[in-house]
Amino acid sequence: MSSGNFNNTNASARPWFERLDRIDRRWIFLLMFLAVAGPILWIGVTGKTLPEAPTLAARAVFEEIDHLPARTLVLISFDYDPASAGELQPMATSLVRQCAAKNLRMVFIALWPLGNQVAQQTIQDVIRDDYPALKEGDDFVNMGYQAGNEAVMKLLLTDFAKAFPKDSRGEATSNIPMLKDVKMVSDFPLLISISAGYPGSKEWVQYVISAYNEKMNFVTGCTGVSAPQLYPYFPQQIAGLLGAIKGAAEYESMVNASLAVDGVATPPKYLQAQRRMGPQLVAHLLMVGLIIVGNMIFFARKRRGAA
Amino acid sequence: MTRQRKTWLVLGAVFVALLVARGMIGQGLGRVYVKRTDVTVKLPETAVNDVAGAPSALTSGSTNASTTTASTQAMETPAAASTASSSATTISWQEWKQVTPLEFNAAQKANPAQTEITLSWPRTIGLWLAAFFTLAIFSFLYADNPFYKIAESLVVGVSAAYWGVIGFWDTLVPKMFGALTPGLVKSLVQPSLVAPEKLQQISMIFALILGVMMLWRLLPRGGWISAWPLAFIVGVTAGLKIVSHVESDLMAQAAATMKPLFVSVTDASGATNMWDSWWASVANVLLVAGVICCLAYFFFSVEHKGVVGGAARVGIWYLMITFGASFGFTVMGRIALLAARVEFLFDDWLWLIDPNHFRGL
Repeated sequence: MSSGNFNNTNASARPWFERLDRIDRRWIFLLMFLAVAGPILWIGVTGKTLPEAPTLAARAVFEEIDHLPARTLVLISFDYDPASAGELQPMATSLVRQCAAKNLRMVFIALWPLGNQVAQQTIQDVIRDDYPALKEGDDFVNMGYQAGNEAVMKLLLTDFAKAFPKDSRGEATSNIPMLKDVKMVSDFPLLISISAGYPGSKEWVQYVISAYNEKMNFVTGCTGVSAPQLYPYFPQQIAGLLGAIKGAAEYESMVNASLAVDGVATPPKYLQAQRRMGPQLVAHLLMVGLIIVGNMIFFARKRRGAA
Repeated sequence: MTRQRKTWLVLGAVFVALLVARGMIGQGLGRVYVKRTDVTVKLPETAVNDVAGAPSALTSGSTNASTTTASTQAMETPAAASTASSSATTISWQEWKQVTPLEFNAAQKANPAQTEITLSWPRTIGLWLAAFFTLAIFSFLYADNPFYKIAESLVVGVSAAYWGVIGFWDTLVPKMFGALTPGLVKSLVQPSLVAPEKLQQISMIFALILGVMMLWRLLPRGGWISAWPLAFIVGVTAGLKIVSHVESDLMAQAAATMKPLFVSVTDASGATNMWDSWWASVANVLLVAGVICCLAYFFFSVEHKGVVGGAARVGIWYLMITFGASFGFTVMGRIALLAARVEFLFDDWLWLIDPNHFRGL
């Protein structure tokens, strides 16, 4: 499709596929904006969301956490920054919510510099606001960001305290009660990574899970771009996988259903992913329509050329 | 005046008019409110001594949490802005936590003269800047323009500066200087620095030498010296990657592909579920066939004719489906990011929607 202006002389004389083929691509951008903005406004006003049917990979994430006994240590790695929060924050919120509701002991780490801040924000939104009884140092701790990418992972294999010598407050790891018995990463029965790329889920599989596949399980939530690279690891090396906003919406609906209280509406902050599935639906329908129109133009031109 | 300039002018005028109109309807738009909290922390004697030795610890928020009172939680709030004043054993400051317009309205209704919850000008300006730069980036979809250029340049500049600061404070200071001169770093900049082991200190001398050798390439002579640390980096990276890739991507993936072609799925009563068994078997057959056919496509030692040619053609289909799935996931990801930005514009900035019930619309 043409990007600029085109000569309109004899435009009406052109066949339909020629006219469509030369349409200014900014009309496509406008259509896409409307396809996204319309459902956001509609869902924002009505509060209605689309129903979700969880797939196997999303169910596996929920069940991995659900089967853990209370007080189990869980290592949660925030391997993303605000640029990917649109996709990943809803799943991070739901993951922390399920862990908090199950009374699991959560250890937050970040391998991305701004991962520390998004972890801190998630702790504020979920734990401090809705589970105030959980105590920092006993029930959860944020170890902050550590530079080094794979080197940090390799160090975690042998010495957790060396990889993260202090938490984000400056408290020495040896003084944190909940980490008293933690020597290395395999002391965590479950590792969760919320990953936007490098370093992230793939590196966790390569450097940690391949070494400790028998001792610890690994579940991950990832962006749409990286999901296809991670599916081959499911279910052997990655026990559960949330792929993009769709995976987040499926998982979110399961967590909400499991924590639902009769007569009490789910807080809106736990519906972020499901709200974003409305724009996804309309925008995908538009994409499918455009692909069909593109093919129709292609075959019409081919037939005209053959004739 | 060119046609494009006229278009920009009209678009800008319409946009500003709509914005002004929106500002005069209902609750208005784009404001951030904050709540003031007074925090007082009592320090035991040991911590007071530490603080006296390293006053920077207070402003950096690195005070040892185990020595504080119940106010610790508020102290860790990331959005906290603190103005500290200390006496012998107590420290007090004010924190400003973001609250919703709904809370502000309730506080105003209860007491119109209240000053606990107020409009935050810095955060409101930040919100408007975020909206402006979002629109500036979107404007590129229409045509290249100065607003986009400003936003683009700012992203580049801020990113470069940010990574520089991160590299200095998260790598060089704690790992290099902290290992080589722990006492100095602890007393001057990072009171919470955990003292390194002897071996770590020695290894950092080695790292420092390699670092200096790497920088040698900036000098007019002796650039070849930087080849040594580069060789070290390449060697270590290759060693790490080869082992991990062989373990996780070759051996584990090969093992995951060795699946039975017929699967019998039993239900809770122990009886075979024919439907599930059928689909599990089909999934395994498709997986094994896909791997073999894709390998055949990339196997060039034999001419792609006959059985090998047929398998290679099936392999192409598998690859095409994989590319399609990747494209679909990418589209989904990009639309999710667009939806998040549009949600920000409609919710936080324009106050057109209120999905989180922050304004009680």
